[in-house]
Amino acid sequence: MHNARTVKTTPLQLALAWSFAGIPLLAGVIQTLFNAMKLFQ
Amino acid sequence: MTTTLDASGMPARSPLRFLDREHTIARPGYSRWMVPPAALCVHLCIGQAYAFSVFNLPMTKLLGVTQSAPGDWKLTELGWIFSIAMVFLGLSAAVFGRWVEEGGPRRAMFTAGVAWASAFLISALGVYLHNLWIIYLGYGVVGGCALGIGYISPVSTLMKWFPDRPGMATGMAIMGFGGGALIASPFSVWLMSKFASTTDVGVLGAFITLGCVYFVFMMVGSAIVRVPAPGWKPEGYVPPTTATKLMTKNDVFVYQAIKTPQFWLIWIVLFCNTTAGIGVLGQASAMSQEMFPGQITAVAAAGLVGLMSLFNMGGRFSWASLSDFIGRKNTYFVYMVLGFALYVTVPYAGASGNVVLFVLCFLIIVSMYGGGFSTVPAYLRDMFGTRYVGAIHGILLTAWSMAGIAGPVLINYIREYNVTHGVPKAQAYNTTMYIMAGLLVVGFLANLCVRAVDKRHHMKDDKAGLEPARA
Repeated sequence: MHNARTVKTTPLQLALAWSFAGIPLLAGVIQTLFNAMKLFQ
Repeated sequence: MTTTLDASGMPARSPLRFLDREHTIARPGYSRWMVPPAALCVHLCIGQAYAFSVFNLPMTKLLGVTQSAPGDWKLTELGWIFSIAMVFLGLSAAVFGRWVEEGGPRRAMFTAGVAWASAFLISALGVYLHNLWIIYLGYGVVGGCALGIGYISPVSTLMKWFPDRPGMATGMAIMGFGGGALIASPFSVWLMSKFASTTDVGVLGAFITLGCVYFVFMMVGSAIVRVPAPGWKPEGYVPPTTATKLMTKNDVFVYQAIKTPQFWLIWIVLFCNTTAGIGVLGQASAMSQEMFPGQITAVAAAGLVGLMSLFNMGGRFSWASLSDFIGRKNTYFVYMVLGFALYVTVPYAGASGNVVLFVLCFLIIVSMYGGGFSTVPAYLRDMFGTRYVGAIHGILLTAWSMAGIAGPVLINYIREYNVTHGVPKAQAYNTTMYIMAGLLVVGFLANLCVRAVDKRHHMKDDKAGLEPARA
């Protein structure tokens, strides 16, 4: 059954979760931006 | 020996009970900002589908390695892998939508993760045995089902956590689907280069690695996702006490929703917006080089495609977020009116040799293509309520599957027809652009006809709640 005990999400947990998803995405965006620069060369 | 079943029909001591909706209810203190990264973990992985084409050329050289040998697969045969996956995306989203909605996001994300990893491992077996049918089954059928289930899995959960900003919330997740290819494309090329040898093009090793990496990512997503406790609302959020003209406070059962004209009008809107966008997205490289010979080279065209991917991704978040302020119907009006203006401007840009105008048109068009996907879940929520929005969204995605066929066919065949009838290549796309603009007029009219759902379609407030209220 669902336990109503308070378990507060810490800033560290939030940072880890966002980094886990965000860092690969950011890497992909940067890589794509570098490739996109060829349009202006 | 007898097995005790619980209320959901699962064995009482099933090791998979942690996947149940009741085990994913958030405890007080859980931050709703944990849910978007959970959704991103899934969407970034399944977004790989848009980058599958990086494997096509290497897979035509599995036997010959340096060049295609007799017995190697042809590009036309390999093209079916993606097409089958797209068909099964639409089918599985439609068929499993209610199962996803009722079982909760963790079960759906877990299933999608297992299926997505299996798709790569089965495909690796197909590469190893050099049997294309195994890849059709692996990536096409199993992977397609993972795409459909994974795509809709976090949608309604996000809207329940963000009732104040549903467009932004779903925009974040669906942005991940657009961003997945940005990661997968360079990562896959890098993996193939690492596994390549004089006797291997590296596809087998890349498939196995991708399957394992995606499995880990999607399991993390399914582990951290939570659904809000009944009655939960964000701090300081005051839900509207009365339904607005185009925002219901009632729910509509999934199979009742498809009987309403509103569902089919939104289906037409999504189909028109997606057909127009896909037609341009898939042909941008060839189109830009043919419309601006000597001005846009193959390398520059590749840069344009990359830039379009970024706008496709960014549009998913920004347009959906904007829809929270100006309303869903108005946002689609912007897509249709602005899109119409941009499509009819493209031939002018080509004729006048204005590359900057051409690129601007394409970037805004592709941002609205992405925005069309990310705004639609919130549009459905406004029309049909939150309870079955994931399942209704799943059925609506058949519009995407249909557009995936119509868009490329329209643009390719009309160009081919024009070229064979003596139209210069630089002008061969003009007719297509006007047809796409015409499609957006149809979408505009369909959007104009959208009204609030009649109350006879609303669910009763009883506990079964599956029957619509009598008028």
